[in-house]
Amino acid sequence: MDGIHDLGGVQGFGKVAHKANSVAYRPVFHEPWEHLAYSLLFLGADTLKVFNVDELRHAIERLDPRQYFASPYYDRIVAGTASLYVEKGVLSHAELEALAGGRFALARPQGLGRPARETRPPFEVGDRVRVAGAFVPGHTRMPGYVRGKHGTILHRTGVKWPFPDAAGHGRPAALEPTYHVEFKGSDLWGETAEAASVVVDLWEGYLDKA
Amino acid sequence: MSGPILEQAPVADRARALEAALRRRHLVPEGFVEDFTRLMEQDWAPENGARVVARAWVDPGYRDLLLKDGTSACAQFGYVGPQGEYIVALENTPTLQNVIVCTLCSCTAWPVLGLPPDWYKSFEYRARVVRESRSVLREMGLDLPPEVDIRVWDTTAETRYMVLPFRPAGTEGWDEAKLASIVTKDVLIGIARPDPAAGGTGGGLRGGGY
Ligand SMILES: [Fe+2]
Repeated sequence: MDGIHDLGGVQGFGKVAHKANSVAYRPVFHEPWEHLAYSLLFLGADTLKVFNVDELRHAIERLDPRQYFASPYYDRIVAGTASLYVEKGVLSHAELEALAGGRFALARPQGLGRPARETRPPFEVGDRVRVAGAFVPGHTRMPGYVRGKHGTILHRTGVKWPFPDAAGHGRPAALEPTYHVEFKGSDLWGETAEAASVVVDLWEGYLDKA
Repeated sequence: MSGPILEQAPVADRARALEAALRRRHLVPEGFVEDFTRLMEQDWAPENGARVVARAWVDPGYRDLLLKDGTSACAQFGYVGPQGEYIVALENTPTLQNVIVCTLCSCTAWPVLGLPPDWYKSFEYRARVVRESRSVLREMGLDLPPEVDIRVWDTTAETRYMVLPFRPAGTEGWDEAKLASIVTKDVLIGIARPDPAAGGTGGGLRGGGY
């Protein structure tokens, strides 16, 4: 989906609040609840297997855009994780709000997602490809800034993964390799490009031979 | 729905509510949160990636393996686990700087880089580094000469990247531990280069704090 989370190339943001090598990254967490975000996410995804990480990403994408932008990172993980536990029938929304002592905003409803495409011959390193001009209402891992763009394959993964546009909706998902596709900076951002190239890791189903 | 969308119980209370609801259903195994938190706070750390880089600098065979099969090379040190299932090392040269981002969420190679830092997850970094790459690096303290190309890697699928910097002059004769000390988390992400002047002083850091 062309959601608020699809930030690559969005203009208007200021400086990154960081100076290289200025911090030691200890402690890892800054608030006493932050460790719960990933812990309870992985409990649900890995141990209980009531949802997968693609669904978690999509749940966060389904937060109201104002909530997405106003919430710190681990708050978004908590909101997305809680949404899935409720949607899967493990917990109830009312119970979470009662325990929290106030409102507990969850993700907006999801659509159906889409299945993977028919299997095609794989692409090879060096192939020129075009990112399909797909407008996907649900979850996708194709950032909008490469839609319809031409690039060159640098690498095909030796492992296949569930097609996220299906898996992110809890549907059965065909396994596909992903490709490291290199796009010339100028093909993405014209003469204002500051990177020689941007490499995006794309599922096979996002690509067509150019 | 303007206004009320942001009125919620404090996130600490919501995170604790989610935990409490799962616990009272006996869905949280004994020690699960504690064990996962120890992994996040202690086991997954940039010092791991630094050891991998230092080994690659002194052992050409290991370097070849790292560039061919990063996952196996990291596994030799025991650096395996979630968000480290398919690791690809990106080799810098004096005229190429690789930089890692995840524009859609915050994907990072946890076992070798540790959890992603706040700035990496910021909207500013995610939006700008694929487009205003050179400016963003300069603002963060890496002022690259014009002859150095920038290649940005957007972590949009299951590959997890680490940057393999080139070994700087002035480190001749250093042992692996001293070499590793100048390979910081920021170096492994690609927003800094190893600084030989920081060798042996604890993580190549110029400042304190977290
Ligand atoms: Fe991500």
